Amino acid sequence: MPGEIHAVLGENGAGKSTLMKIIYGAVRPDGGALAWNGAPVAIHNPRQARALGIAMVFQHFALFETLTVAENVWLGLENKMTRAQVAREVERVSRLYGLELESARLVSSLSVGERQRVEILRALLTNPQLLILDEPTAVLTPQMAERLFVTLRQLAAEGCSIVYISHKLDEVRALCTRCTVLRAGRAVGSVDPRLETNRSLSELMLGEAPPAPPVRTARLGDTALEVRGLSLPSSDELGVALADIGLVLRSGEILGVAGVSGNGQAELLAALSGEDRRAPAGSIRIYGRDVASAAPRARRALGLHFIPEERIGRGSVPGLALSANTLLTRREPVRRGGWLHRGRARRLAASLIARFGVSARGPDAVAGSLSGGNLQKFIVGREIGAAPKVLVVGQPTWGLDVGAAALIRREIAALCDAGGAALIVSEDLEELFELCSDLVVIARGRLSPRIAVRDASPALIGQWMSGLFGETGAPAPVPVATGVEAHA
Amino acid sequence: MLAASVNAGTVLALAGLGLLVNERAGVLNLGAEGMMLMGALAGYAMALHLSGGWMFVAYLAAAGAGAAMAALFGWLAIGIGTNQYATGLALSLFGVGFSAFAGAAFVDKQLPERGRDGLPWLRDLPVIGPALFGYHPLVYATMLLALALGWFFFRSRTGLLLRAVGESPESAHALGHRVRALRLAAVVFGGAMCGLAGAYVSLSYTHLWVENLIAGRGWIALALTTFATWRPARILLGAYLFGGLTMLQFHLQERGVQIESHLLGMIPYLATVVVLVLISRRAAWIRHNMPASLGRIFRPGS
Amino acid sequence: MLRLVPRSPPSRALTLAAPFVALGLTVLFGAILFLALGHPPGQALALFFVEPLRGADAWSELAVKATPLALVALGLAICFRANVWNIGAEGQFIVGALGATAVAMRAHEGINGTHAAVILPAIALAGIAAGAAWAAVVAFLRDRWNANEILVSLMLVYVADMLLGYLTYGPWKDPDGYNFPQTISFLPVTQVPLVAEGHRAHAGLFVALFVALGAWLFLFRTYGGFQLAVGGQAPRAARYAGFSARRSLWTALLCSGGLAGLAGALEVTGPLGQLTPHLPVGYGFTGIIVAFVGRLHPFGILLSSILMSMLYIGGELAQSRLGLPQALSGVFQGLLLFTLLACDALASYRVLRVTPQPQPEKTGEKTAVAV
Repeated sequence: MPGEIHAVLGENGAGKSTLMKIIYGAVRPDGGALAWNGAPVAIHNPRQARALGIAMVFQHFALFETLTVAENVWLGLENKMTRAQVAREVERVSRLYGLELESARLVSSLSVGERQRVEILRALLTNPQLLILDEPTAVLTPQMAERLFVTLRQLAAEGCSIVYISHKLDEVRALCTRCTVLRAGRAVGSVDPRLETNRSLSELMLGEAPPAPPVRTARLGDTALEVRGLSLPSSDELGVALADIGLVLRSGEILGVAGVSGNGQAELLAALSGEDRRAPAGSIRIYGRDVASAAPRARRALGLHFIPEERIGRGSVPGLALSANTLLTRREPVRRGGWLHRGRARRLAASLIARFGVSARGPDAVAGSLSGGNLQKFIVGREIGAAPKVLVVGQPTWGLDVGAAALIRREIAALCDAGGAALIVSEDLEELFELCSDLVVIARGRLSPRIAVRDASPALIGQWMSGLFGETGAPAPVPVATGVEAHA
Repeated sequence: MLAASVNAGTVLALAGLGLLVNERAGVLNLGAEGMMLMGALAGYAMALHLSGGWMFVAYLAAAGAGAAMAALFGWLAIGIGTNQYATGLALSLFGVGFSAFAGAAFVDKQLPERGRDGLPWLRDLPVIGPALFGYHPLVYATMLLALALGWFFFRSRTGLLLRAVGESPESAHALGHRVRALRLAAVVFGGAMCGLAGAYVSLSYTHLWVENLIAGRGWIALALTTFATWRPARILLGAYLFGGLTMLQFHLQERGVQIESHLLGMIPYLATVVVLVLISRRAAWIRHNMPASLGRIFRPGS
Repeated sequence: MLRLVPRSPPSRALTLAAPFVALGLTVLFGAILFLALGHPPGQALALFFVEPLRGADAWSELAVKATPLALVALGLAICFRANVWNIGAEGQFIVGALGATAVAMRAHEGINGTHAAVILPAIALAGIAAGAAWAAVVAFLRDRWNANEILVSLMLVYVADMLLGYLTYGPWKDPDGYNFPQTISFLPVTQVPLVAEGHRAHAGLFVALFVALGAWLFLFRTYGGFQLAVGGQAPRAARYAGFSARRSLWTALLCSGGLAGLAGALEVTGPLGQLTPHLPVGYGFTGIIVAFVGRLHPFGILLSSILMSMLYIGGELAQSRLGLPQALSGVFQGLLLFTLLACDALASYRVLRVTPQPQPEKTGEKTAVAV
């Protein structure tokens, strides 16, 4: 309906993105009907969609870093205006909707939030009747998300219809007037989200009650990982420099590092995993041993294992078999003198597949043939299966379906119950709240004070994500006493 | 010697500008040597049947030959998605072999006498005439081409689009642009230019045909694009510089400088290496200027 | 209407069949080419594919050509698997020959003369070392200053060629050689031993087989080979695993340079017996094709090196018997690589029959979006 903000809700893999791509013309449907303004229509490509008045803001930006804002927008429009005209329009529309941007800035110099504004501007300049947004707040702090909502409400009030794809229930309930829920490729309901609760929406999405978060019975032990005074200049102009990062991780605990993407998470993870060995001496210690300049293999030998955010191409080699992929971080199949024991590698892979429920044709299956969820299960299994003392993880359940996500969270919890320690860097606040006992926030390369999850509120975390630490009184630092902590 | 440098440099510049368009779109065509040879041969073969004012048809034939080979490369590397390096190499090897094979018949055939080079009355001006206007039309065409490409890439929308495709074909595709068609067009243009450059060698610069006439200049042209950080004006600069270096070698020999001719012959190639090292040293700079998707296969829908 | 749809992972059957299909296509094109030139295709093709296999003499000639091709290609396979594009094997081949020549010229006759057992290994080592050193320049420039290895290695080919010319026209010219650019003929003691009397095939053949086995073991059975492969396929994963990109780069280039150099050394002290400017016949470049057609696999390379030799010899036969230019071999070889690349890439696709868009009918379960 014109002026409606319509949410499309569903968990990962339910088909939201695919449906939107069909509407936008990037993908062709196999069957079914589309009607636009009452008339049936078949959309073959994005150009046609744009001509009809449909605009889409993707989750993964289609931007060109070496070009300016105006040029980027220009390329997304039909060939009607000159470059100068576009530049003027960009400035005008950006002021109108509170999305301030300068036309002449290079996209490479923009922050993630600003880049999203370019995408939105590009969509707005086509004067759309329908604006589709795919998971827009994934890269925004709660405060920035609020500002986006203001803009969206303004647009809706002017008669533009908005389709808002998300899996974040709070946002949908706050912003949208209608909501269609997708599950496994089918629409299972159409409701008014303002009248629903999180729980009822959740049940619609999943078809059943959501799985209970793992119950933790942790006993805190010695300091497993200590980071102190970790300052690291960035390795290229586009990166973020780390400034005086310090944290303490004890055995038995799960510490979460929250933050919006692009604030130093990648740099921190690289410094911890050993891919970046420039950390100052003594700044990273595993059970007291200095590993600041140690290679990944040395860190693994001391019990630190790492699960990267990129599963394909970094956590695994897509062209190699699963048995070969075990060799990336496990040494069991390597014999003396460097000879490979392929049978052992295969058996190791097979045992991982079995224990972690990886759906694959067998240890000889090529990693690239696995679905995202299964590949992640394999990688998590590979690292947890090595019984690490410290597990560092980046985005453990991003993009995964509920079942896989739940399994991975259970395993991490079990690892820590058995005496391990885990550091989870994630952009998904819900996940961190569910799994961790304490949280820190990383913003612009600095860490906020530490806070227990039960004391943290999304508003406070949101504030910290913008870099404003120490505004409200921070609660006491790391709990000293060991004890049983139940986590409901 | 300046004149000789400009002539020598024009060969490199013409090929280099073609390859520039290629690479700006993100495609690395290592078949430059093969395309230049085929162009040289095609031009020569055609010229044997022509005379006087119809010479330009020979150049067209050469451009066509280069374009055809580039189209073959494009069909494989862009259309089907084969490895760009290997396919380009195959093109070069095939071009070398085929031109040697088909050209064997032409080795002893002589072209008719060359007319005077240069622009019609301008060259007859006293003093500056021969110096500035006495060159083959293709020399001037190359300079114009460099200017035109500069305008194209930085002022026109299609040029902008091509640069965008070179940086991120995925994003361009998401916006609905026809990435593969654009890349193919760029590649074919590049091939045509290489063919032209080859014809310039066989028809004007050396005015004969032998096996392996191009002697590595195709590869130097490839190095030129890196040297010029993918900017048209710098390609001209680099090309004339290299042309000069090649001429320097002959010049020294003429002057009786007592260095063995073979050692002198190494100069252009060693110079290329030195230049490459100097340019590549600053990794950040390269990343800023190099088309980010250069050499990567793009498959829509993947 | 037919459409190509990518499939992942690529079909195994097609990938295995690709080299044979490519060969078939090349033969087909060849037949067409011969027809166009006015020669009966059957006869001409036989020169390429049948004649070179007839008789012990023919097999010996095959071995003479296949040995250097195989050695070069084995080294290149290691390089390409590591995603290091060494195009300059020809230069490393030449330099290897130069190194071997330097040693071979030191041999002398007589009672206190040089022993084969001493000079032959020395020649081989000199060849390997020289070729590896030439490749080391490429490795160093890439390692230290990020210079593109394709262009550097290629430029060094021309430099090596110039060096060869300089030495054979200058300091190493045989004073009794009627002023031809050539070195002295090497003494028999420096000759690589022949496999059998009367044929030109030499012990290098066994060296090649041995190296092929070694390469296979390295690539597929050692951790080092695994690291190389990962570095070539997914450099970020290699960094994650802690594999040293630098070590892989140097290993790849030194191996490939050394093997190309060895090939050069064997060639100059074997079939040639002296150094002349005509040494480089393109083994370094054909080796690239051999490596690809052999799928970058040591055993495949052994087979494809034989195939390439057949094409070389066929070209020579075509020249002597049919008056066709010898460069014909180059045409076939290039063609083979093209068709192989195409077949390989097509193995990653599936052909789909797509019917034109049907009129949309309503199916109850699909969501109809009305705005």
